[in-house]
Amino acid sequence: MAQQIPLVDYLVLGDDPHLVANECASCGARYFDRRNACASCEGTEFTKADVSRTGEVRAFTIVAFAAPGIPVPFVAAVVDCEGTSVRANLVNVPADPEHVSLGMKVRLVTEVIGSDDNGTEAVGFGFEPLGG
Amino acid sequence: MASTSASEELWVLGIHMTKFGKHPDKDIVDLASEAVRGALADGGVTMKDIGIIGAGNLMMAMAPTGQMVQKQLGQTGIPVYNVSNACATGATALRVACMAIKAGETDMGLAFGVEKLSGAGLLAGGSRQGDTNTWTPSGRYGSVAAVDGRIGTEIMPGVFAQIGMEYGHKYGGTSFELFAKISEKNHSHSTLNPLAAYTKKMTLEEIMGDVMIAYPNTRPMCSANCDGAAAAVVVSGSKLKTLSLEQQKRAVKISASVLTTDPWEEACQILPDVNTLTRNAAAQAYEQAGVGPQDLNLVELHDCFATAELVHYDNLGLCERGGAVDFFKSGATWRDGTTPVNVSGGLESKGHPIAATGIANVWEVATHLRGEAGDRQIEGAKVGLTHVIGLGSACGVHILEKSAA
Repeated sequence: MAQQIPLVDYLVLGDDPHLVANECASCGARYFDRRNACASCEGTEFTKADVSRTGEVRAFTIVAFAAPGIPVPFVAAVVDCEGTSVRANLVNVPADPEHVSLGMKVRLVTEVIGSDDNGTEAVGFGFEPLGG
Repeated sequence: MASTSASEELWVLGIHMTKFGKHPDKDIVDLASEAVRGALADGGVTMKDIGIIGAGNLMMAMAPTGQMVQKQLGQTGIPVYNVSNACATGATALRVACMAIKAGETDMGLAFGVEKLSGAGLLAGGSRQGDTNTWTPSGRYGSVAAVDGRIGTEIMPGVFAQIGMEYGHKYGGTSFELFAKISEKNHSHSTLNPLAAYTKKMTLEEIMGDVMIAYPNTRPMCSANCDGAAAAVVVSGSKLKTLSLEQQKRAVKISASVLTTDPWEEACQILPDVNTLTRNAAAQAYEQAGVGPQDLNLVELHDCFATAELVHYDNLGLCERGGAVDFFKSGATWRDGTTPVNVSGGLESKGHPIAATGIANVWEVATHLRGEAGDRQIEGAKVGLTHVIGLGSACGVHILEKSAA
């Protein structure tokens, strides 16, 4: 199996792929980027917190017109993963308003986005509809 | 939060906006000069009377825009503050003039905003550079490749689409058609505004059938990129009393001038929260002005996309919390409604030359308060509110009142 690397460092690969947030040890605010301090309480101690792999779609758009090189249409969304909001694409669902809806239950999935010259695969993530 | 320590009143003495649209033969200095000379003439003053300049421009933010305009219109040696604050740039320039007067540093200031945007296309997104040959994590997310389009979207029509959809998820009642009807209103309003970039009435079918950019925003539901400038001369209440009766009669009171940023909220770094900072700005502005939303005769708010206008009805307190859909459906925001919103045509048809917008909306309201809005005059207008949002984020709110002189 080819070596794999996550598209972003907050995606943890392996048998149970999931997202991990930087959680403020003081107030519990969660972030996905590298932190200098907590924007909510100014704390500087952070711990790693696993984010739920399931959630519901709180907002979405179907992007039909994007910068060159970005395949369209695609569904961009905000997914509420049991209290932690995540930005992601919705995948494995037709990109039209008949198949995507607010409040839809979804789960995290990973997909290979390409390989580099060493054969290492970069793996991204998205959310797909849960169940039927 | 509202400052009451400085009791000095603020007044718009002169104000002007250029026609918004395509100005291929004019550069930003030409456009700004037209707006500034117009505002000075409107106020009956010259550059020699001005004590400070707030100069707004976004796309050429490295340029000394204020000084470039001084070099054409009058180099008097006064301080210039060149500001850039996303789509709130114009309002920020106006705040500079207001703050300087409140601080007692001068009794008359000039603010202008200018932008050349015709044909600019999408203004964000596509930060996707060519993917490298070897995956190497970089940046604050340790990404090995560009994420726009792979992890959601960076484009403004998509971001603001989600903001409108999020409101729909929370309170219900939204649909593609509802958002398109908001756009139909603004395009209808624009037919009466000779300075708007687009003045064509559009049917609901035309709007919904146009090119989809980011569902549910089609092209006419997006702000129109165009060229334009606007400028305002702000004067202190004490200085105004020394001017002519005619100047005093046409002066428009700035009864609130507020700028806020987005306070931390869960999810605010996932999808920009344009709501909380607008609610905060509105609350401060109503307190400063001593008026409430029910007192407003017209509102110019930041309809950068049709999906955004809806949420700001609620954020500005024009309706009860969660009631924006019913409020719009009642017809309240049409020009013959109880709270006319964007009678200028809004950003969707008047156009959105970014840095000019936060002063052009003040021009629109001031023109109605002066009774000089011609065919689109809101009869008897006495109080109006302007609002802009710049992502990042910044929110500017101004409340204006007709002179009693």
